[in-house]
Amino acid sequence: MIVRISTEGQYELSDADAETLNELDNDAVLACESGDPTAFHATFSQMLELVRTHGRRLDEDALSGSDIILPPPDVSLEEARQEFQGEGLIPG
Amino acid sequence: MPGLSGRMSTVVKAKISKMLDRAEDPSETLEYSYQKQIELLQNVKKGIADVVTSKKRLQLQTEKMQQQIVKLDTQARQALAAGNEDLARVALERKNVAQTELQSLDSQVAELENQQQQMTASEQKLKAKIESFRSRKEVIKAQYSAAEAQVKISEAATGVGEEMADVGLAMQRALDKTEDMKARASAVQELEAAGTFEDLTQLGPGEDDIDRQLRELSSTSEVDSELAKMKAELGAGSAPQGALGAGSSDPSSSEGSGPGTQEQAS
Repeated sequence: MIVRISTEGQYELSDADAETLNELDNDAVLACESGDPTAFHATFSQMLELVRTHGRRLDEDALSGSDIILPPPDVSLEEARQEFQGEGLIPG
Repeated sequence: MPGLSGRMSTVVKAKISKMLDRAEDPSETLEYSYQKQIELLQNVKKGIADVVTSKKRLQLQTEKMQQQIVKLDTQARQALAAGNEDLARVALERKNVAQTELQSLDSQVAELENQQQQMTASEQKLKAKIESFRSRKEVIKAQYSAAEAQVKISEAATGVGEEMADVGLAMQRALDKTEDMKARASAVQELEAAGTFEDLTQLGPGEDDIDRQLRELSSTSEVDSELAKMKAELGAGSAPQGALGAGSSDPSSSEGSGPGTQEQAS
């Protein structure tokens, strides 16, 4: 699965890691719904960290579309609330 | 699919498929897409130049502010040496404001430096993708039938289109931050224009608006403690009344005005 961190780059993630990302994604949705910036930033940092450490960075000249696009690392809770809602970035 | 991935990919894909539908000739689509990429790259370059210009402007302001701080400190010492504590207090209040501004300028310069690096990284990534797209399009044009080419073009265009959208987003964020700082910088310039950091020797009698604002802005306790420290350094008690400055900020104007004042006056 190809994941992009907005304004940063694309990574290839294994299915198992994508599953973990999905769980964090659900937590992020909950944090956004309750409007808790600390919980949101903690969860979102974990998502970024997972992608950065477990993902394999795609070459800069790769021309693949992404399956998931994460918001920019400096996203605010207000911006994130528009993205992390319903089923989050990843359905399910 | 909800969420950013859903929305953003949908927007990008919709734009790309619209573009693909419009063109009857695949090679036309490729050239159009390539043209758009080059345009975006030019915009990124302009954006970087804009950030660099703002950074240089702030760096100049930083230097000026540092000079002001040294000057106001000197003036406070001179005023105190000459026994004019009120004037020394005003100088220290202004120094206090200038120091706060300096700190804020420093962090803004650092932030802009950061923006510049991010945008330069975006530029490099986009360049790599464009180059990759350019060679891919030559291959597609040379090797595939029109029907096959559509599929290949769609794939390549999605990849590069997503990158373009992302670079656009990165640039927008960087420029938004730069705009905030420009507003801040011009606020400092207004303060300067209003004479906030002017030479104290040019002050007329009495208290003006700026003085009152300064008193509100600057922390009195900080000024008090600095004043006390300065007094201690100058040696207590023996400061004579006199001669600060009417029109002269030359340290030598306090020369011969009393024991214990000369060495600290400069």
